[in-house]
Amino acid sequence: MALQEKYKQLIDTAKTAGVSNLQVREQDGVLYIDGEAPSGAVKDQLWDVYGKIDPNFTGGDLILNVDAKAVEGSKVRVITQSSNLNIRKGPGTDQPIVGKAAHHEIITLLSKSNPQWWLVRTNEGEEGYSYAQYLEPVEG
Amino acid sequence: MKQKLVKALLLFAVIALISSIIPACKSKTSDSDIKTSTETALRGNPDLSGVRVDVNEGVATLSGEVKDEATRAAAESAVTTIKGVKSVTNNISIAPLPQAPVEVTADDPLRTSVNDAIKDHPGVTASVNDGVITLTGEIKRADLPTLMQKLNALKPKKIENQLTIK
Repeated sequence: MALQEKYKQLIDTAKTAGVSNLQVREQDGVLYIDGEAPSGAVKDQLWDVYGKIDPNFTGGDLILNVDAKAVEGSKVRVITQSSNLNIRKGPGTDQPIVGKAAHHEIITLLSKSNPQWWLVRTNEGEEGYSYAQYLEPVEG
Repeated sequence: MKQKLVKALLLFAVIALISSIIPACKSKTSDSDIKTSTETALRGNPDLSGVRVDVNEGVATLSGEVKDEATRAAAESAVTTIKGVKSVTNNISIAPLPQAPVEVTADDPLRTSVNDAIKDHPGVTASVNDGVITLTGEIKRADLPTLMQKLNALKPKKIENQLTIK
Protein backbone atom coordinates (compact mmCIF):
# COMPACT_ATOMS: atom_id res chain seq x y z
CA MET A 1 0.00 0.00 0.00
CA ALA A 2 2.95 2.30 0.57
CA LEU A 3 3.57 2.54 -3.19
CA GLN A 4 -0.04 3.48 -3.82
CA GLU A 5 0.53 6.32 -1.36
CA LYS A 6 3.75 7.39 -3.11
CA TYR A 7 2.04 7.44 -6.51
CA LYS A 8 -1.38 8.53 -5.23
CA GLN A 9 -1.39 11.69 -7.36
CA LEU A 10 -0.69 9.60 -10.45
CA ILE A 11 -3.47 7.11 -9.67
CA ASP A 12 -5.90 9.94 -8.93
CA THR A 13 -4.97 11.71 -12.18
CA ALA A 14 -5.53 8.49 -14.14
CA LYS A 15 -8.96 8.10 -12.57
CA THR A 16 -10.10 11.67 -13.12
CA ALA A 17 -8.69 11.88 -16.65
CA GLY A 18 -10.84 8.93 -17.69
CA VAL A 19 -8.26 6.20 -18.25
CA SER A 20 -10.24 3.09 -19.20
CA ASN A 21 -9.53 -0.50 -18.09
CA LEU A 22 -7.43 1.02 -15.33
CA GLN A 23 -5.62 -1.55 -13.22
CA VAL A 24 -3.47 -0.66 -10.25
CA ARG A 25 -1.59 -3.65 -8.89
CA GLU A 26 1.26 -4.03 -6.45
CA GLN A 27 3.47 -7.08 -6.71
CA ASP A 28 6.89 -7.78 -5.20
CA GLY A 29 7.65 -4.16 -4.41
CA VAL A 30 6.62 -2.78 -7.81
CA LEU A 31 3.44 -0.89 -8.61
CA TYR A 32 1.91 -1.63 -12.00
CA ILE A 33 -0.50 0.90 -13.50
CA ASP A 34 -2.11 -0.27 -16.74
CA GLY A 35 -4.86 1.23 -18.82
CA GLU A 36 -5.85 3.09 -21.95
CA ALA A 37 -5.72 6.87 -22.00
CA PRO A 38 -8.48 8.64 -23.93
CA SER A 39 -5.85 10.76 -25.74
CA GLY A 40 -2.13 11.34 -26.20
CA ALA A 41 -2.50 14.46 -24.06
CA VAL A 42 -3.69 12.39 -21.09
CA LYS A 43 -0.74 10.02 -21.51
CA ASP A 44 1.63 13.03 -21.50
CA GLN A 45 -0.12 14.40 -18.42
CA LEU A 46 0.40 11.11 -16.56
CA TRP A 47 4.08 11.05 -17.47
CA ASP A 48 4.40 14.66 -16.26
CA VAL A 49 2.96 13.63 -12.88
CA TYR A 50 5.28 10.58 -12.75
CA GLY A 51 8.23 12.88 -13.58
CA LYS A 52 7.30 15.17 -10.69
CA ILE A 53 7.24 12.27 -8.21
CA ASP A 54 10.42 10.62 -9.54
CA PRO A 55 12.25 13.14 -11.77
CA ASN A 56 15.03 10.73 -12.88
CA PHE A 57 12.80 7.63 -13.08
CA THR A 58 15.26 5.80 -10.84
CA GLY A 59 12.81 4.46 -8.22
CA GLY A 60 12.53 1.06 -9.90
CA ASP A 61 9.14 0.66 -8.23
CA LEU A 62 6.65 1.66 -10.94
CA ILE A 63 5.68 0.35 -14.36
CA LEU A 64 3.35 2.88 -15.99
CA ASN A 65 1.82 1.24 -19.04
CA VAL A 66 -0.89 3.63 -20.16
CA ASP A 67 -1.06 4.22 -23.87
CA ALA A 68 -3.38 6.46 -25.80
CA LYS A 69 -6.31 4.59 -27.19
CA ALA A 70 -5.88 4.20 -30.95
CA VAL A 71 -8.60 2.62 -33.06
CA GLU A 72 -7.68 0.49 -36.05
CA GLY A 73 -8.55 2.30 -39.26
CA SER A 74 -8.10 5.74 -37.66
CA LYS A 75 -5.42 8.35 -38.23
CA VAL A 76 -2.22 8.52 -36.17
CA ARG A 77 0.48 11.18 -35.96
CA VAL A 78 4.19 10.45 -36.21
CA ILE A 79 5.78 11.68 -32.95
CA THR A 80 9.47 10.99 -33.47
CA GLN A 81 11.85 13.57 -31.96
CA SER A 82 12.57 15.10 -35.34
CA SER A 83 13.51 12.33 -37.77
CA ASN A 84 11.48 10.30 -40.22
CA LEU A 85 9.75 7.17 -38.98
CA ASN A 86 10.82 3.93 -40.59
CA ILE A 87 8.15 1.66 -41.96
CA ARG A 88 9.36 -1.92 -42.05
CA LYS A 89 8.35 -5.07 -43.81
CA GLY A 90 7.77 -6.94 -40.54
CA PRO A 91 7.63 -6.20 -36.80
CA GLY A 92 11.23 -5.67 -35.66
CA THR A 93 14.22 -3.42 -36.26
CA ASP A 94 15.91 -6.31 -38.11
CA GLN A 95 13.24 -6.08 -40.83
CA PRO A 96 13.96 -4.24 -44.09
CA ILE A 97 12.69 -0.67 -44.40
CA VAL A 98 9.90 -0.39 -46.96
CA GLY A 99 9.02 3.26 -46.50
CA LYS A 100 9.22 6.34 -44.31
CA ALA A 101 6.78 8.74 -42.74
CA ALA A 102 7.82 12.29 -41.95
CA HIS A 103 7.97 13.79 -38.44
CA HIS A 104 4.42 14.94 -37.51
CA GLU A 105 2.93 13.38 -40.65
CA ILE A 106 -0.53 11.88 -40.19
CA ILE A 107 -0.87 8.33 -41.44
CA THR A 108 -3.42 5.50 -41.13
CA LEU A 109 -3.34 2.81 -38.46
CA LEU A 110 -4.36 -0.53 -39.96
CA SER A 111 -3.72 -3.08 -37.21
CA LYS A 112 -2.47 -3.25 -33.64
CA SER A 113 -2.24 -7.04 -33.56
CA ASN A 114 1.39 -6.65 -32.50
CA PRO A 115 1.30 -4.22 -29.54
CA GLN A 116 4.81 -2.85 -30.16
CA TRP A 117 4.73 -2.74 -33.94
CA TRP A 118 1.63 -1.29 -35.56
CA LEU A 119 0.73 -1.95 -39.19
CA VAL A 120 0.29 1.42 -40.89
CA ARG A 121 -0.31 2.88 -44.36
CA THR A 122 1.27 6.13 -45.49
CA ASN A 123 -0.50 8.68 -47.62
CA GLU A 124 1.54 7.39 -50.54
CA GLY A 125 -0.03 3.96 -50.01
CA GLU A 126 3.03 2.22 -48.53
CA GLU A 127 2.12 -0.36 -45.93
CA GLY A 128 4.34 -1.76 -43.20
CA TYR A 129 5.15 -1.89 -39.52
CA SER A 130 6.15 1.08 -37.38
CA TYR A 131 7.20 1.34 -33.77
CA ALA A 132 3.99 2.05 -31.81
CA GLN A 133 5.65 4.41 -29.32
CA TYR A 134 6.29 6.87 -32.16
CA LEU A 135 2.63 6.99 -33.12
CA GLU A 136 -0.10 8.86 -31.33
CA PRO A 137 -3.83 8.89 -32.09
CA VAL A 138 -5.10 12.09 -33.69
CA GLU A 139 -7.79 13.54 -31.49
CA GLY A 140 -11.11 13.80 -33.26
CA MET B 1 -63.24 -16.09 57.72
CA LYS B 2 -63.19 -12.84 55.77
CA GLN B 3 -59.41 -12.79 55.86
CA LYS B 4 -59.25 -16.30 54.43
CA LEU B 5 -61.47 -15.26 51.57
CA VAL B 6 -59.27 -12.26 50.82
CA LYS B 7 -56.16 -14.49 50.87
CA ALA B 8 -57.82 -16.98 48.54
CA LEU B 9 -58.82 -14.21 46.17
CA LEU B 10 -55.30 -12.77 46.21
CA LEU B 11 -53.81 -16.18 45.52
CA PHE B 12 -56.23 -16.67 42.67
CA ALA B 13 -55.33 -13.25 41.28
CA VAL B 14 -51.61 -14.05 41.44
CA ILE B 15 -52.10 -17.40 39.72
CA ALA B 16 -54.22 -15.73 37.05
CA LEU B 17 -51.54 -13.09 36.52
CA ILE B 18 -48.71 -15.63 36.26
CA SER B 19 -50.62 -17.89 33.94
CA SER B 20 -51.38 -14.91 31.69
CA ILE B 21 -47.68 -13.92 31.57
CA ILE B 22 -46.25 -17.35 30.74
CA PRO B 23 -47.95 -17.83 27.34
CA ALA B 24 -47.08 -14.19 26.45
CA CYS B 25 -43.40 -15.00 27.10
CA LYS B 26 -43.61 -18.13 25.00
CA SER B 27 -45.09 -16.33 21.98
CA LYS B 28 -42.16 -13.87 21.91
CA THR B 29 -39.21 -15.48 20.03
CA SER B 30 -35.99 -15.10 21.97
CA ASP B 31 -32.90 -13.47 20.47
CA SER B 32 -30.98 -16.74 20.53
CA ASP B 33 -33.82 -18.51 18.67
CA ILE B 34 -33.79 -15.75 16.04
CA LYS B 35 -30.03 -16.05 15.73
CA THR B 36 -30.31 -19.81 15.20
CA SER B 37 -32.98 -19.55 12.52
CA THR B 38 -31.12 -16.68 10.85
CA GLU B 39 -27.93 -18.69 10.68
CA THR B 40 -29.86 -21.63 9.23
CA ALA B 41 -31.35 -19.35 6.57
CA LEU B 42 -27.93 -17.89 5.67
CA ARG B 43 -26.34 -21.33 5.42
CA GLY B 44 -28.81 -22.15 2.64
CA ASN B 45 -26.85 -19.86 0.30
CA PRO B 46 -23.12 -20.64 -0.11
CA ASP B 47 -22.49 -17.04 -1.26
CA LEU B 48 -23.43 -15.92 2.25
CA SER B 49 -20.88 -18.05 4.09
CA GLY B 50 -18.91 -14.91 5.04
CA VAL B 51 -21.90 -13.31 6.78
CA ARG B 52 -22.20 -13.17 10.57
CA VAL B 53 -25.32 -12.26 12.51
CA ASP B 54 -26.00 -10.83 15.95
CA VAL B 55 -29.47 -10.36 17.40
CA ASN B 56 -30.38 -7.92 20.13
CA GLU B 57 -34.03 -7.44 21.10
CA GLY B 58 -35.22 -8.58 17.72
CA VAL B 59 -32.81 -6.35 15.78
CA ALA B 60 -30.57 -8.49 13.56
CA THR B 61 -27.17 -6.98 12.70
CA LEU B 62 -25.40 -8.50 9.70
CA SER B 63 -21.66 -8.15 9.22
CA GLY B 64 -18.89 -9.80 7.19
CA GLU B 65 -18.01 -9.77 3.50
CA VAL B 66 -19.78 -10.85 0.32
CA LYS B 67 -18.80 -10.68 -3.35
CA ASP B 68 -21.27 -8.06 -4.63
CA GLU B 69 -24.18 -5.73 -3.94
CA ALA B 70 -26.82 -8.28 -5.06
CA THR B 71 -25.53 -10.83 -2.55
CA ARG B 72 -25.50 -8.16 0.13
CA ALA B 73 -29.18 -7.43 -0.59
CA ALA B 74 -29.99 -11.16 -0.71
CA ALA B 75 -28.56 -11.61 2.79
CA GLU B 76 -30.74 -8.80 4.08
CA SER B 77 -33.94 -10.10 2.50
CA ALA B 78 -33.26 -13.63 3.73
CA VAL B 79 -33.14 -12.33 7.29
CA THR B 80 -35.99 -9.78 7.16
CA THR B 81 -38.65 -12.49 6.74
CA ILE B 82 -37.51 -14.56 9.74
CA LYS B 83 -40.05 -14.71 12.58
CA GLY B 84 -39.24 -12.40 15.43
CA VAL B 85 -36.92 -10.10 13.46
CA LYS B 86 -38.06 -6.53 14.00
CA SER B 87 -35.47 -4.89 11.80
CA VAL B 88 -32.19 -5.62 10.06
CA THR B 89 -29.02 -3.54 10.24
CA ASN B 90 -26.94 -4.42 7.19
CA ASN B 91 -23.24 -3.84 7.91
CA ILE B 92 -22.04 -6.32 5.27
CA SER B 93 -19.19 -5.01 3.16
CA ILE B 94 -18.36 -5.97 -0.41
CA ALA B 95 -15.05 -7.77 -0.92
CA PRO B 96 -12.64 -6.08 -3.36
CA LEU B 97 -12.35 -7.85 -6.71
CA PRO B 98 -9.50 -10.34 -6.84
CA GLN B 99 -6.97 -8.96 -9.30
CA ALA B 100 -5.25 -10.95 -11.99
CA PRO B 101 -1.52 -11.28 -11.39
CA VAL B 102 0.73 -8.92 -13.37
CA GLU B 103 1.85 -10.36 -16.71
CA VAL B 104 5.57 -10.06 -17.29
CA THR B 105 7.04 -10.54 -20.77
CA ALA B 106 9.41 -13.53 -21.07
CA ASP B 107 13.11 -12.61 -21.35
CA ASP B 108 13.64 -13.52 -25.02
CA PRO B 109 10.84 -11.43 -26.55
CA LEU B 110 11.52 -8.72 -23.95
CA ARG B 111 15.20 -8.54 -24.97
CA THR B 112 14.21 -8.13 -28.63
CA SER B 113 11.73 -5.35 -27.81
CA VAL B 114 14.19 -3.61 -25.49
CA ASN B 115 16.81 -3.61 -28.25
CA ASP B 116 14.24 -2.07 -30.62
CA ALA B 117 13.41 0.54 -27.99
CA ILE B 118 16.99 1.65 -27.23
CA LYS B 119 18.09 1.66 -30.88
CA ASP B 120 17.39 5.41 -31.16
CA HIS B 121 19.35 6.15 -27.96
CA PRO B 122 22.99 5.44 -28.87
CA GLY B 123 24.49 6.06 -25.39
CA VAL B 124 22.20 3.56 -23.70
CA THR B 125 22.94 -0.10 -22.96
CA ALA B 126 20.29 -2.44 -21.61
CA SER B 127 20.32 -5.93 -20.18
CA VAL B 128 17.35 -8.15 -19.44
CA ASN B 129 17.32 -10.72 -16.67
CA ASP B 130 14.24 -12.41 -15.24
CA GLY B 131 11.99 -9.63 -16.55
CA VAL B 132 14.14 -6.87 -15.07
CA ILE B 133 15.54 -4.31 -17.51
CA THR B 134 18.78 -2.71 -16.30
CA LEU B 135 19.83 0.47 -18.07
CA THR B 136 23.39 1.72 -18.07
CA GLY B 137 25.24 4.38 -20.02
CA GLU B 138 24.13 7.94 -20.49
CA ILE B 139 21.18 9.86 -21.87
CA LYS B 140 20.09 13.46 -22.35
CA ARG B 141 17.43 14.53 -19.87
CA ALA B 142 15.07 15.46 -22.69
CA ASP B 143 15.23 11.93 -24.12
CA LEU B 144 14.74 10.12 -20.82
CA PRO B 145 10.91 10.25 -20.68
CA THR B 146 10.68 8.98 -24.28
CA LEU B 147 12.92 6.02 -23.51
CA MET B 148 11.06 5.26 -20.27
CA GLN B 149 7.70 5.39 -22.05
CA LYS B 150 8.94 2.89 -24.62
CA LEU B 151 10.29 0.51 -21.96
CA ASN B 152 7.28 0.77 -19.65
CA ALA B 153 5.04 -0.36 -22.53
CA LEU B 154 6.96 -3.63 -22.92
CA LYS B 155 5.51 -5.20 -19.72
CA PRO B 156 8.79 -5.74 -17.88
CA LYS B 157 8.82 -6.79 -14.23
CA LYS B 158 10.93 -3.82 -13.22
CA ILE B 159 13.24 -1.18 -14.69
CA GLU B 160 16.53 -0.48 -12.92
CA ASN B 161 17.59 2.87 -14.28
CA GLN B 162 21.33 3.38 -13.67
CA LEU B 163 21.73 5.87 -16.52
CA THR B 164 23.83 8.97 -16.09
CA ILE B 165 21.67 11.92 -17.04
CA LYS B 166 23.52 14.54 -19.04
